[in-house]
Amino acid sequence: MLLTQAAATSESLNPARDLASNKFLIFRLGKEGYGIEILKVQEIRRYGAISRIVNSPEFIKGVINLRGVIVPIVDMRIKFNLGKALYDQFTVVIILNLSGRVIGIVVDGVSDVINLDTEQLRPAPEFGEVIDAEYIFGLGAVEERMLTLVDIEKLMSSPDMGILEQR
Amino acid sequence: MNTDLEQFYEIFFEEAGELLAEMETRLLNLDILSPDPEDLNAIFRAAHSIKGGAGTFGFTDMAGLTHVLESLLDRLRKGEFELRAEMVDIFLHARDVLRDQLNGHKGNSSADPTEMEAVNRKLKELEMDTGSNHAAPEYPPAIDQTTEAAAAHGEKAENRILLSPNDLVNSGVKPPARAAVSASHSKQSADHSASSSGNESSSIRVSVEKVDQMINLVGELAITQTILAQTASQIDSVIYEKLLNGLNQLERNTRDLQEAVMSIRMMPINFVFSRFPRVVREIASRLGKQVDLKIAGEGTELDKGLIEKITDPLTHLIRNSLDHGIETPEKRKTLGKPERGTIILRASHQGGSVVIEVMDDGAGLNRDKILVRAQSRGLPVSENMTDQAVWMLIFEAGFSTADVVTDVSGRGVGMDVVKRNIEELDGRVEIDSVTGKGTKISIHLPLTLAILDGLSVSVGDQMFIIPLAYITELLKPAAEDIRIIRDQGRVVQVHGECLPVVALHEIFNLESAAQQIHEGILVILDAEGSKAAMFVDTLIDQHQVVIKSLENNYRRIQGVSGATIMGDGSVALILDVAGLVNITKQRMVNAA
Repeated sequence: MLLTQAAATSESLNPARDLASNKFLIFRLGKEGYGIEILKVQEIRRYGAISRIVNSPEFIKGVINLRGVIVPIVDMRIKFNLGKALYDQFTVVIILNLSGRVIGIVVDGVSDVINLDTEQLRPAPEFGEVIDAEYIFGLGAVEERMLTLVDIEKLMSSPDMGILEQR
Repeated sequence: MNTDLEQFYEIFFEEAGELLAEMETRLLNLDILSPDPEDLNAIFRAAHSIKGGAGTFGFTDMAGLTHVLESLLDRLRKGEFELRAEMVDIFLHARDVLRDQLNGHKGNSSADPTEMEAVNRKLKELEMDTGSNHAAPEYPPAIDQTTEAAAAHGEKAENRILLSPNDLVNSGVKPPARAAVSASHSKQSADHSASSSGNESSSIRVSVEKVDQMINLVGELAITQTILAQTASQIDSVIYEKLLNGLNQLERNTRDLQEAVMSIRMMPINFVFSRFPRVVREIASRLGKQVDLKIAGEGTELDKGLIEKITDPLTHLIRNSLDHGIETPEKRKTLGKPERGTIILRASHQGGSVVIEVMDDGAGLNRDKILVRAQSRGLPVSENMTDQAVWMLIFEAGFSTADVVTDVSGRGVGMDVVKRNIEELDGRVEIDSVTGKGTKISIHLPLTLAILDGLSVSVGDQMFIIPLAYITELLKPAAEDIRIIRDQGRVVQVHGECLPVVALHEIFNLESAAQQIHEGILVILDAEGSKAAMFVDTLIDQHQVVIKSLENNYRRIQGVSGATIMGDGSVALILDVAGLVNITKQRMVNAA
């Protein structure tokens, strides 16, 4: 049931993309709300000690040891210049698992996991978004809020991020 | 076949495999003129234990063969006849047939009946030669012990007494032999329990995932321990004395546990190397060549996963060296080389990667021949290709320059497979060859999962690991030893030699604590022949670290070969020494 719904959803948005599920994890960057597919999320951790990596851009905070796996941490707020990159008790790291690649992103806090129905989805605007339209599934309207639904896998593997070796 | 029994089969297969391996090693070790009684005993015991197990599970073919082998070995160890070289060959042959039989029972391709026949005949002849006409001397007492078991098989037991061991083997698959063997088992198991407290090697098979999970969990435990220790350092040591003692204990235990767990995945490369004396011995004698195999660095530790996957490519390279590399004794004589060829198999850690080299002093590769062959296969080649590029052509699929296709090699399948296998392990192959002098093939395996001895150093607020293998010396330089040449490059004079200074803080854009080189420490490095001095702030400690790949989840960083997790859970980068020396030299060239 979910799958067919999701398929219908994605079709109305962008036929090229398939959403595996319509459950999204909602997080905050500055004042804006964003959503990523819950299936890409491995776990959520508190922001803690990070070991710096030499010669890396400012938005790459460094790496952490996640139970023996070395995971790079990207501060999305620095990367997209959204709000101040403060590290307080709400700052969390979302650990993503993108086709086996494990990457952490620093955000200003996660709020909840929501189900988005087809009628709540809007196509992505052509411009005016902080994140390039190429990396956005669309917008989700939840109550009064508008959430930007990010294709996190595509975004994180883009050459612009420079995290992964381009293959 | 019910599953319960199958479980026990597994154990037997495992045990028998180990015993056969031990038998082989011991046989190869035997000094023909004065065999070590310990070796003879061990070989006998191995045959004996296999016989017992095979009998229990009704693998009569194996039981029969081991029985004959055992009785011969028993007389040998008691000094009833002299060991001769060809006996070792026969024993080895028998051991191979046993292995095939074992594989057959495992459900793989089974033993070749003609082989079995041949080895039986040989053992029989051997028995005659050594002047034994009486049937297995060990047998009669065994029968007495079997009263109950044999009673059930009354008639069969009767039959059996009349059988000589050889007959027994020839009729190996028939029930009477089975009764015989199970009878002997009761005695055998008594022996077994008696010796089990001895030097018996035992192992458990555990899935690699379980081990990896354990490594990670222990890592987490170590971090928790560190956090506790940090918190505890702030409390009153008088009031909480007991708590602090406990925490100290915990620290020691955690460290030991971590070390022990880490070592599980690591195996000495000898697990692979140990099979090659046999391979070389057999192929050389089949080809009529005289070859010495020298093995070095067999203690080099390598991840188990790599060890398993490197076996086939290595076997292939050795076969190639034997077949195409080493010439026949006559030819070597006319060439003025010693008649006995040499193959050297060497493993070492080089800059964090594991390097396995196969070297021979044979004919070397023939540049012209390879070029001609490549041309005829339509590969893009030219006369002015470098030797290196020409040698790499032999890794093309279906490429063979062997004049004669032998059963050992030369069919052109292989070298491409070797290369592919090694590349699958993220490794690379290099060839060095001098026509007429020999060939050296080096396999470089990646850092992943290999353990490395390293020195931790600090530069600014960062810590790095320098692989110990590169370090030749540590020194505090005097200001007058340091010279600046052409603005950019700095050199330091060490024992009369001018070495370029690798300034880590410059390459990595860090703020180093030491303002002047003579305020810091120089680590003298030898990176594959080119020396350099690395400038760091301080030395921290020496560690054994597990190399983790940074590139699994992040891009490559120039000058860094990997990362590791330190005791406190933080991540430290492992320096790519060769890369850093090159960067420094490049900078000096650019500045000039």
